[in-house]
This record gives sequence, structure tokens and C-alpha cells, in this order.
Amino acid sequence: MTQTDAALKRTPLYAAHVRLGARMIPFGGWDMPVQYSGIVEEHRAVRSAVGCFDVSHMGEFEFRGPDALRALQRLTTNDVSTLEVGQVQYSLLCYEDGGIVDDLTLYRLTNDHYMMTVNASNIDKDWAWVSRHLDGRVDARNVSAETGLIAVQGPHAERLVGRLSDVDVSAIGYYHFRRGHVAGIPATISRTGYTGEDGFELYLPASGTEQVWERLLAEGKGDGATPIGLGARDTLRLEMKYALYGNDIDQTTNPLEAGLGWVVKPAKGEFVGRPAIEAVRAAGLRRRLVGFEMVERAVARHGYPILHDGASIGVVTSGSYGPSVDKYIGIGYVPAALAPAGSAIAVEVRGRGQAARVVKTPFHPSRVKR
Amino acid sequence: MATYPADLRYTREHEWARIEGKRARVGITHFAQDQLGDVVFVELPKVGAKVTQLKAFGVVESVKAVSDLFAPLSGVVVEVNQELTQQPERVNRDPYGTGWLVVVELSSPTEADKLMTAEQYEEFVKTAGGH
Repeated sequence: MTQTDAALKRTPLYAAHVRLGARMIPFGGWDMPVQYSGIVEEHRAVRSAVGCFDVSHMGEFEFRGPDALRALQRLTTNDVSTLEVGQVQYSLLCYEDGGIVDDLTLYRLTNDHYMMTVNASNIDKDWAWVSRHLDGRVDARNVSAETGLIAVQGPHAERLVGRLSDVDVSAIGYYHFRRGHVAGIPATISRTGYTGEDGFELYLPASGTEQVWERLLAEGKGDGATPIGLGARDTLRLEMKYALYGNDIDQTTNPLEAGLGWVVKPAKGEFVGRPAIEAVRAAGLRRRLVGFEMVERAVARHGYPILHDGASIGVVTSGSYGPSVDKYIGIGYVPAALAPAGSAIAVEVRGRGQAARVVKTPFHPSRVKR
Repeated sequence: MATYPADLRYTREHEWARIEGKRARVGITHFAQDQLGDVVFVELPKVGAKVTQLKAFGVVESVKAVSDLFAPLSGVVVEVNQELTQQPERVNRDPYGTGWLVVVELSSPTEADKLMTAEQYEEFVKTAGGH
């Protein structure tokens, strides 16, 4: 049952969640809403109208100074030199051995000022890692506690955020952002998300986050604006095969086998993990992260073995029912030879192999603004 | 619909039994379906399978969770709700009606004395019902 745990951290929207009757659960050290009305209903609201997510638990680090670019080039796998002011980049922090510290988005706020958004459960680990690898004239600050974050996702997101904002949000391209105000609060309005729908992520001062949340829900009623918990956030990202740190990627997985080679840019020069990742590339991948759907009726879950010819050959990293595809779907690592779509595999569910097949992903078509 | 109908008997694992002569219809309670959230999969025994009181006889899965189903009473399964294969959400929408799970031919009808009444169950849920 819902119990208050003094050790759990609360976002600026905690009181709003309680008022909405959310079911709260511990997640990565935070007391977070897993659902309001129900996961499937919330999932459908995002695909058909617009949903508002409290993702204030995520972490934000700022890097400022003449050596910020050089420092971030060394820390992250993507090529920061191609990132323009007003643009966002998906990227990774890797260990020396090529394992993943975290996945992140990087914002270029001004010429020598960047913001990095990291996963909530990794904030302390990432901050320690980043601090250890910084050198030169760069001032780094962990601004997680003073930063609120609301994701507004769905086909009606543009008109809802547009109505409450003083900037023309329709002019913001995918993976770009602008500074402005939303509901009178200063905001970084970013055209990004974790659902496969068009939408925005609004970075806000913690003190103004609740005002924006209330206005979005109140003035979005006619657009179908719905509060969305972590449960639907997970099924929405699963249908897109977006990786979740701690499930699909972690310190034991390398970016190439995880299908994240597109954000690894060895040509840019040295970065932490590059030699190890290049060695993996040269040797060839042993396994790959693939999407699969169940052929027999069963639900694959994180940690279940993947079988081929009766032998265990891999592991499910995420799995559930996909409400928009109306199938039991999952993500998992399989040997490279079984990675092509159509490969027959099985998932061991309660001791029995249940037929599944590798499929093309995303499971559900992406509708992000291109 | 009453939250906990008076004509049913209840387990501490949140199943109900409606005794119909020598048989009992079995399902999960309103409390259980609410705690689980959207039910997306139900695994039930076949007709003819034996079930034993308070032993697992099947599985119910919501988007987030996997839970065992425990038999309120011992006996032999004589009917299985096949509709739940295509429409598992019936367990949420109508837990005491179209969301029923199985019908059991009872081998020891006196076992019903060990189950809770609606009043007792409601009290149980209020005080100790949390998982």
C-alpha cells in the first residue's frame, strides 16, 4: 500500500500528485506517481491527445567556461562540436571498458554553456563520474534540486504549450529548444520526449513548476490533457524501443550491442571508453538488443531467459503488454545471428518456453516532429 | 455493485468464492484488481485440473506486476472463463461478474468455514490488507 517513506525524495509536484489521487511508488530513490487513472488509459491519452508527466526527478548538470566543449567531448560519446546553440543531442557517458555510465541529453544553451540531463537514479553516480573527469577552465554545477521538469507529449502538445507560451513553439524543431515563458514561468522549451509522440519537455525553476503543471492540466482540459504516471511512461517508451537505463543498458552493456552506435563518434577524437568500444567494433558484435513480440500468449518480463532450440541464449531486458500495438512485446539481447527480424526465439516464462519472434522496431510508428 | 458482496467468501490473498451447491465460482476481489491495475493476461488451469485450498492455481498479470492466484477451496476445475484470454480487462471492470476465473467442483465443502465473510474481509483490507 502507499506508505510514506521519509527517505524518499519528493519532486516539486509531490503535493499535486497526492491531490490528484495518484498511486505513489518508490522509483530510483524518489516517491513518484506510477499511475493516476490507470496505465492503459493514460497510455492511450498520450497517443491520442496529450499527457503531462512529472519528470522533475531527472538530474541536470550545467557546464560553463571556455573549456566546456573540450571537457564534454572527452566525457560523452557523441560529437559535441556539431551541437549548435539551441540544439539538443542524445549521448552517452561510458566507462573505460565501454560499459555505459548513463544515457543523457546535452543542451547547448550559449556558446560556452551546456546543460546535461541524466537519469534520476544515476544523479549521484554521474555527478561523481563527471567531476572526476573534468579539467581545464570549466565550471560544473549540479542544478538537479532547483530544476523542475514537465514533459508534455501527444498530438495536442503543440497547441497546448503554444497557448501558454510567449514563444512560437511551432517553430521549434525536433531536438531543438528555446528559452521563453510557460504560464508566466521562465522555461527552457525543448522539443524532445520519451514517448514517440510529438511534444515538449519544459525545464522550469522548481519553485514555479507546480504553477505550470496546474495551468497545463486546467487549460488543457479541452485538448484532453491528462496526468501520466511512470507506468505509462514505461509502456510508451517500450513501444518505441527507447532504452531504459538499468533495464536495457547498464555498465555491463556496450553502446554498439545496445543499438546506440549512432551516438558514438570515434572520429571526433579521444573520449572515455573509445578504445574499448573501437575494439568491440573491430571484433564484431556477439549480441544485439532487439525487439520481439510474443507468438504464444505470455508476457515477457525483465530478466526472463531468451531461448533458442531449448538453450538459453539471451535475456529479456524489458517486456510488457503494448497497449497501442495490442501485443505482448519485449526487448532483449540475442546472439547477432538471431538479430534479423523474423528470427524465431522463445521466452522462458515460469519454466516454459513460449514462442516469440524478432520484429522490426519501433513496434508503434514514431510521430515525433521531423 | 457492492465493493465486497455479502454472498461471497474471501481469502487473505484477495480471491472470492461464490458457493453454488457443490460448486464454487472463483475470482479476485475489487481490492485485488484495483491494486494490480490494468490486467493484461490471465493464466488459468484446464478443465479437470485439481486445485487445493490456498495453493496457487494460476497467474494474473497487470502491466507492471505478476501475481499468483490462490484457490479459495479445493476441488476439480469444471469451467474456465475463456473470455479472459481476449478480454482480461473484464477482471478490472467486473471482478464479481464477467471477470470470474474458474468454477470448481468442491471436494471438501466444509473448507468454506475457513474463509472470511464480506464483513471480515472488508475489515481485513482496511487493517492488514496491504501487501
